[in-house]
Amino acid sequence: MAESAAVEARSVTKTFGVAPDLVRALDDVSVAIEENEFFTLLGPSGCGKTTLLRLIAGLELPNSGDILLAGRSVVHLPPHERPVNTVFQSYALFPHMSVAQNIAFGLEMRGLARDEIARTVGEMLTLVKMQGLDARRPGQLSGGQQQRVALARALANHPKVLLLDEPLSALDLKLRQGMRGELKSLQRRTGITFVFVTHDQEEALTMSDRIAVMDRGRVQQLGTPLDIYERPVNKFVADFIGDTNFLEATALGEEGGFVRCRCAGGFELLVGGIPPAPGATVTVALRPEKIVLHPGGAHGTVTQAVYVGTDTNYVVQLSVKTDLGVRVQNAVDGRARFAVGEHVGIEVPPGAARLLKD
Amino acid sequence: MTEAALSPMPAESLAATADRVASARARMHRRFLEIRWGLAGPALLVIGVFGIVPLLIILVYSFLKAGSYGGVEWGFSTAAYVQFLFERDIFDEQLRFATDYLQIFARSILLALGATVFCLVIGFPTAYFMATRPASSRNLWVFLITLPFWTNLLIRTYSMMLIIRDEGLINDFLLWTGLTGRPIVILYTDFAIGLGLLYSFLPFMVLPLYASLEKLDFRFVEAAFDLYATRGRVLRRIIIPLAKPGIVAGCLLVFIPAIGAFITPLMLGGGKQMMIGNLIALQFGSSRNWPFGSAASLILMALVMIALIIYVRSSADRSKASHG
Ligand SMILES: Nc1ncnc2c1ncn2[C@@H]1O[C@H](COP(=O)(O)OP(=O)(O)OP(=O)(O)O)[C@@H](O)[C@H]1O
Ligand SMILES: [Mg+2]
Repeated sequence: MAESAAVEARSVTKTFGVAPDLVRALDDVSVAIEENEFFTLLGPSGCGKTTLLRLIAGLELPNSGDILLAGRSVVHLPPHERPVNTVFQSYALFPHMSVAQNIAFGLEMRGLARDEIARTVGEMLTLVKMQGLDARRPGQLSGGQQQRVALARALANHPKVLLLDEPLSALDLKLRQGMRGELKSLQRRTGITFVFVTHDQEEALTMSDRIAVMDRGRVQQLGTPLDIYERPVNKFVADFIGDTNFLEATALGEEGGFVRCRCAGGFELLVGGIPPAPGATVTVALRPEKIVLHPGGAHGTVTQAVYVGTDTNYVVQLSVKTDLGVRVQNAVDGRARFAVGEHVGIEVPPGAARLLKD
Repeated sequence: MTEAALSPMPAESLAATADRVASARARMHRRFLEIRWGLAGPALLVIGVFGIVPLLIILVYSFLKAGSYGGVEWGFSTAAYVQFLFERDIFDEQLRFATDYLQIFARSILLALGATVFCLVIGFPTAYFMATRPASSRNLWVFLITLPFWTNLLIRTYSMMLIIRDEGLINDFLLWTGLTGRPIVILYTDFAIGLGLLYSFLPFMVLPLYASLEKLDFRFVEAAFDLYATRGRVLRRIIIPLAKPGIVAGCLLVFIPAIGAFITPLMLGGGKQMMIGNLIALQFGSSRNWPFGSAASLILMALVMIALIIYVRSSADRSKASHG
């Protein structure tokens, strides 16, 4: 049992509409989500995150491919026969029922005894800190409270897998940050597998065990937050997660496990990634905060400096066509370290930049 | 900041400003009320002249004596109401309890209730079907539902007679297949009236049901499925409660006109099976008993209002109970 994944999608394809307006919401998607994992689907709007979640929940049928829960194919099971619960993007709390009735709904449907239902509802209210609000209707709750009720309603059933579709997107920033921590610790305590959908990269990076970055119905990269941030495999992932400079460079050859490349402005750097043929033109991704600037160098000129609190974001012109974004921590007194017009040298630690496939 | 805002304005002028603001607000409020009454005026006038006044006339007439050739004679009398429950013996002038009119009322209530229930049972799946069609074809379905209104109810009822009479379509078919040897009598029965009411008022059930089902958010349905509800339970616990305003509106729109129906029982009941509407019409027609006709109308109205009050009370209780 242990070797089969909690949730698995095998070559799942899902289309909507017909020929001229055909949308490939999911295009040959395969992911295996482990038990007790906090797994995040991350991608821009319309990339198919919700569709994948609905396929797992059974609210949609795939055109081809298979969905497995704990190693068992469930494609042909209706939603109410799958041990999976969903926290919907819109919460979908039943407006004609009280908070307690909403939480009790799944338990009632499974035919649990009355006192057990009452006990579980009480536990859930405590868990999401909603004691005393059990008689309210969803319409009488704030957004954050509704979100908690939606969570409690799903968790009350002790599902093997909990699907969460952008549960925090309707909340304001402060509340969202608080709920991130709460969700994460809840997942650790309950040991439930979370499949979490978001288009917020910060949310994904801070909460997840693993992330699947999706774009246009395909999984672009699957890995830990560190993998995704430090070793993006293609331009889309590098661009979507965090800020990145993309540099055209010429590969010069291998050197100590890295690839030596020469960029515009004449500076050379050691890049991580699979070595291409020497002399090939490649794209290199370089995070602004990994670059070290030296005063008085000859690689480029500072053309812009934007104060952002702890750091300053600089734009350094390397050549007429090439600008480089650089993020440097400010001095202790908060002053920027470089001035506009200053000539600077650029140093990139070996392996800080990555070669991209395209 | 705060200093600058407070210092230049003496207390006196502050009070004056507050006064001016208050009086301006009061003027606006008065103006607002004037506009509101102005807008409601025409409607109130129509309701008053053509609704309340006739009702008062009926109320007064019901307590007057019947004129020998129709109309009323001025003089207080409760005869109309007494007549509703009692019969005066022709020989000894004794009042005896009589159920003739009660039976007509009971039949009307039962037929109207039956029509409402069957309209609901047939109308709900129909409305659900319409509401779940693609948005582009929904209007076509609504159009089809309203199609019967294009023809006069009299004509439609008459064609119904042709279908259900002894030599009608149904019996011809049954005889032809040999399922029966003799035609089944449908016309001029309570069943025929019920059928006629069902047919005439079905659109009044379907349209409000459709309106509320169309607005229904199917994400609630999906959420219920996700929480282990089967189809039947989704219907009972989610769809029906959320469609309740439409169900209530539909039931009222069918029950109220059905209980006072006139043409349908007249034609399909053949005058033998009377409903309240026919009884009332008879009093103003050949029976020439206007006070009794007025009394019957008021009793009908009272019945409908009592049913409504009971309904409102019980639903208010229920929503209170589910809160507590
Ligand atoms: N029922 C549907 N009918 C037609 N097209 C659909 C349907 N559901 C989704 N799509 C299309 O499939 C694609 C993927 O949609 P999906 O809802 O999965 O995106 P998403 O990643 O959840 O986006 P968001 O972040 O905006 O919620 C979109 O192009 C969308 O227009
Ligand atoms: Mg979505």
